[in-house]
This record gives sequence, structure tokens and C-alpha cells, in this order.
Amino acid sequence: MSLTLSEAESRRIVSSHGVVVSPFVTGRSTDEVITALADHPEVGYPVVAKLCGRAIAHKTERGLVRLQIVDEASLRSATDELLAAARPDDGDVEVLVSTMMAGNRELIVGLNDDPQFGMTIMVGVGGVLAEAIRDVSFRLVPISEADAVEMVDDLTTQSLLREFRGEPAVDRGALTDTLLALSRVATEVPGVCSADLNPLILVDGRPVAVDALLEIDGEEDSP
Amino acid sequence: MTPDLSKLFDPKGIIITGVSNHPGKFGFVTLHNLIVAGYHGALFPVGREPGEVLGRDVLGSIDDVPEGAADMVFICTPQAVNEDLLRAAAAKGVTAAFFAAAGYREAGPEGVEAERRLVTLADELGIALAGPNGQGVVSTPSSMCAQIVAPYAPAGNIAVASQSGNFVSAFLNLAHHTGVGISRAVAAGNAAVLGIADYLEWFTDDPETAVSLVYIESVDDGRAMFERLRPLAERKPIVVVKGGASAAGARAAASHTGALASDDSVFDGMCRQAGLIRARDVEEAFEAAATLATQPLPNGNRVVVVTTAGGWGVAAMDAMAGTTLHAAPLPHDLEAAVDELLPPRWSKNNPIDMAGGETRDTVPAILELAAAHPDVDAVVFLGLGIQSGTAAMMRAGEFYPEHGLERIVAFHERQDSRYAEAAAEISAETGTPIVVATELATAHPDNPGPATMRANGRVCHSSAGRAVRSLDLLARHAAWRRAREL
Repeated sequence: MSLTLSEAESRRIVSSHGVVVSPFVTGRSTDEVITALADHPEVGYPVVAKLCGRAIAHKTERGLVRLQIVDEASLRSATDELLAAARPDDGDVEVLVSTMMAGNRELIVGLNDDPQFGMTIMVGVGGVLAEAIRDVSFRLVPISEADAVEMVDDLTTQSLLREFRGEPAVDRGALTDTLLALSRVATEVPGVCSADLNPLILVDGRPVAVDALLEIDGEEDSP
Repeated sequence: MTPDLSKLFDPKGIIITGVSNHPGKFGFVTLHNLIVAGYHGALFPVGREPGEVLGRDVLGSIDDVPEGAADMVFICTPQAVNEDLLRAAAAKGVTAAFFAAAGYREAGPEGVEAERRLVTLADELGIALAGPNGQGVVSTPSSMCAQIVAPYAPAGNIAVASQSGNFVSAFLNLAHHTGVGISRAVAAGNAAVLGIADYLEWFTDDPETAVSLVYIESVDDGRAMFERLRPLAERKPIVVVKGGASAAGARAAASHTGALASDDSVFDGMCRQAGLIRARDVEEAFEAAATLATQPLPNGNRVVVVTTAGGWGVAAMDAMAGTTLHAAPLPHDLEAAVDELLPPRWSKNNPIDMAGGETRDTVPAILELAAAHPDVDAVVFLGLGIQSGTAAMMRAGEFYPEHGLERIVAFHERQDSRYAEAAAEISAETGTPIVVATELATAHPDNPGPATMRANGRVCHSSAGRAVRSLDLLARHAAWRRAREL
């Protein structure tokens, strides 16, 4: 059996291994969310609010994501609505509030346990067309820095990584650091069977994960 | 531990089972191929009917083989009798076996059981087991062609291991065609014991081998293969061509990453990580191996194209798009030096298009200038053989040898031979690879340009695109090595 950790849990784990995630707070009630936000001024408006929990896999499809929230009043009503939308079988839920990140380019980075090759790591062109374009590069975990550099070089759509629509070229060092950090997640966190950092938005050329999902071997009460 | 395959590739004597007078039978063909290729060691054909086949005495039983005279057995007999034959061979001192015989795993549940017994038996007897259901093994240092089919191959230092016998033949045929020879070649067959990784391990230690070339269709344990091949690729180049690469093979997956994974994308990443040089098809694989076997690795990706005429140079530039190669502007001192050697109509840029302005010594001189320049990592030379093409038409026409044709034909042919030799010599002297291409390599292989390349054991690519592709694979491998300080 495997279980999917909540976005908040996933973010904490990947972040503790060096993946840069958008600043966020969580709370189980609207008041908790507002208090947490006051304690974390780095999470600035506009924000996005999401209902998250281990049993909630498809937040967007269920309308559990609220974008472009600009002030506290809107955040309060959004949080109230999200908590009210929770169903009994969603289990433990909380609201995650994170800064909206601005960037035109999206990548996807992830882990996948391959039946032939074991744990693999991937970088690819993200966004809604990702599965149509399939511009991806895989390696076997763990990777070295040279491997990470070559993974990025192997992407066909290099033009996306250069200066683009007024945004600077991707910081390749920061991108390879993200790959190395996720490789460490695979080797250091027991029982990881998959991970998605999707999307990884390029903010001024630097990759920032605005969603994270980690799938772990084991039962509901772990890790 | 690396199994000792020295008796499989360089046996002092070979027992061949199943030899009869029937020239269509595998035993006969194998004996024939071994004799014709000039095998250095002793041959012990064994068959049910004693007598003479191809001038050799056929023994009625392996028991008649002198003790210790053979260390390899080549099995072409029906599955049911082979376990006894293997025991008898082992008793005579045999430690390696190639099983061409079929009737094993490929033949249904009974065959699976027979193969399982065979594996156990070989292990008990301490025999290195190749096959079963394989076409054979070739080893040019021993002039050995132990195969149930053709061809043999010229000697050289490419070692082949293949999960398909057809592709062993294909690579050996390409060795004939290009003149770039083979050290060892083996068809893995069912690979009951010895698999591709085992052969690669042995090739990497083999002083007769400079580069390994493998055809893979299926991978059982990809991770184990990766772990074994990576340290080998650091020591000696391995070129891989994979069958079944187009199979979608997308996995059912909950994660987006899983949905984006396919057999081929993961295999490709594994190759890049392990330093395996992956080619798209058999021809590209062979040409990359042939280039690796005969040329230095480039120190970088800056390429100068040298051509006797325009269009080829353009084709080479086009082919470089989408590769790691870079046709940099000509360094000023190189441009100035070339300018001294050519009439003013030359291109004055990269490609160096001589626009037909070359005289007797121009081509070797320009190749030397380009290859020796510190800002040039590789050279592509195009247009070899064009003058000999004209010469061939003159030679065949009714005016030959009058009207001064004899002299000019000889001059043209000599020049193209010289260019082919210069390309080889200059790349060896300078440590800069020089790849050469002309369609004459296939259209008119006897043209003195490509013919001299072949005689000197260097590949002459049949198009600029293919030369560029081989060079790109070399450059990528060199970059892989540099990134790891190898």
C-alpha cells in the first residue's frame, strides 16, 4: 500500500531537503490561517488558498483551489468556503495558503519508481501541454551534479530556458540544485515511491515549486 | 565476478558436435566456416557417422578427442542429447561452450525445463555457457568463425555482443563494407547464463578490443545492468543500439512524472548517465563504433567543415543543427592562413569551401591547418573522390588513354588516395578527429578516395549527415568524460 501525503506535508519534506517552495502557511480553521499569516510576513498577498489532506488528490477538479486572493477579507471567506467544502471521507484537512508566484514558464520535476530501473528522477517542460509535448529527461537516482546539469541540457526546448518574454534565462545552478535536492528526498526519506513538483514555476529565472505531492509506501499512520 | 571467457574467444581447440556430410546442416556449416576463416587451433568434428567431412576426420564420440586438446565445444545437436555431450566434453578438459542448438526456452515449457537443467549442469561442470539458440562466436585474433551462418569479418578492434544474431551479421557485414574490423563478436542467443553485460565486462578487459558495440532488445533488471555498465563505460566506450525503442511503453501511473515516463525515455536517460553511447539504428551504431575505434575523441564541440564544393558544406551545417556540435566562425589566423593557399573565390568562412580552387597540395595543407588549430576540436572533410569520379568516366570512355587522359586520370586517382591518407595521418598527428564523407563510399566504393579509406581501416561515411552524427556521438561522449574528470 502507498499513501499520498498532503500538499503541506509534501512541501515540508521536500523543502527540508532543499527544494525551494513558494512561501506558505497552514491552518485548520480560518482564524488559525489568519494568525499563521500574521506570523509569516514572507507569505504576502496575493495568495492562493487550497484545501488539502492526504485523501484529497485532485484539488483543482473539485474546486478546492482559490487563486488571486488579494486581502484578508477575501481570504477569510475563501477559507470558510474551502473548509465547508470538505467531505467526511476527506479525513483530516487543512487550508494551505501560499504566495501566488508570477512567471510565464512552468517545469515539472518528479520521482518515479520504475519497474525496470528502480527510482528515477525527471525534469520536463511543464504546464497544460506537458503530456502532449513530452520533453522530458530521466536519470536513475541518486544523481550527481554532472548528471543534473546534463538532464537540463538534454531538454529539447532549450529556448524556454533562455531569456524569455522579458524574463531572465533560467538559473541553471538553481535548477540543478532542485534536482539534487529531490534526488536526496528519494534516497533519504524512507519509502518514497513517487513525487511531483508540478508546476515548478520559473520566477525571475529561479525555480519555485508551487505544488508538491509525495507518495510514500506504508499505512495511514505513517510517516 | 567476471566470468573467464578467454576459452570462448581464444580456445586452443574446438569440438563441434553434430557434424555430417549434409552441407545444409549447422554442424557442417560451422566446420566449414572455421576451416575457411583459417582458425588457428585444432578442430575436432564429432558426428554420428564416422568418416571424412571437408577433409577432416569425423570422430564418432567426444570420448575419442585427446585429453586436454580442446577447451571449447560448439553444440549443434538436438536438445535431448546435449547434456551428455556437455559432460563428455567437460571430462576432456573443455571449459567453454557455445550452444547454437535450439529447443530451449524459445521452444515452450519443455524447453524452459531443458534450459534450466542446462544452466545447472554448466555450473556444476564449471563451463562458461553461451547461448543456447545463438548463431555463434567470431574472434579475429584466433581467426575463428564459429558460426552457423556467414559472415566472417576483417580483423580490427570493435567487439560486438548482440541479443539478435542477425545484428551480429549486420555489424560484420558493415565491417567488410567500411574496412573497420572486428575483434570479437557473439550472439547471446537465449542468454541462459552469459548476457550482454558479461560479454561487455570481458571486452572491457580485452586488449584486442578498443570499443564495444551492443544490440539490446530486452532488459531484465535495468538497475543491475546500469550498475554493471557504468564503470565499464568509464574505461572503454560502449555503443548501444536498442530494438523496440519505439514501443510506447507508457506506465499506468498516479503521478504526473509516472505518466511522462516511457520505456524509451528512461532507457535513454540511463544511457546518458552511464556514459553509454546510444545510436538510433544499426548503421549509425556501427559508424560511431568505427569512428571511436580509429579516431581520437574531440576536446570540445567546435567543428570546421572543409569541402571541395559548396552544397556538401551546407548539408553538413544543416546536419549540425540539433546536435551538440558548433560550426564556429573561422579563427582569423586560420582564415588568413587558408587565404594564402586558395584563389580569392573561396568562402572565407566556415565551411571552408575551396570552390574548386585547390591545386596539388591544397587539401592536405588545409586539413592540417584546421586540425592543428587550437580553437578547432574536429574537422569534417567533404568532397573526397570527386576528381576520381571524373577520372573513372575518362577511363571508361573511348578516348582513353589518348589525348593526355592517361596522365590526368592517374593524377586524379593519386590525389584522392592522398587525401584519404592525409585525413588519417593528420588526425593521428594532431589528436583532432577528421571525419570524411562522400556518397561514393556506397555509390562507387572502388573510387580511390573511399577505397583508400577502407584499405586503411577508416570509415568513409556515405553522407555529411552521417559523418556529423558520428562526430556528435563522439563529442557527447567526450563531454560526458570531461564532466566527470575522466
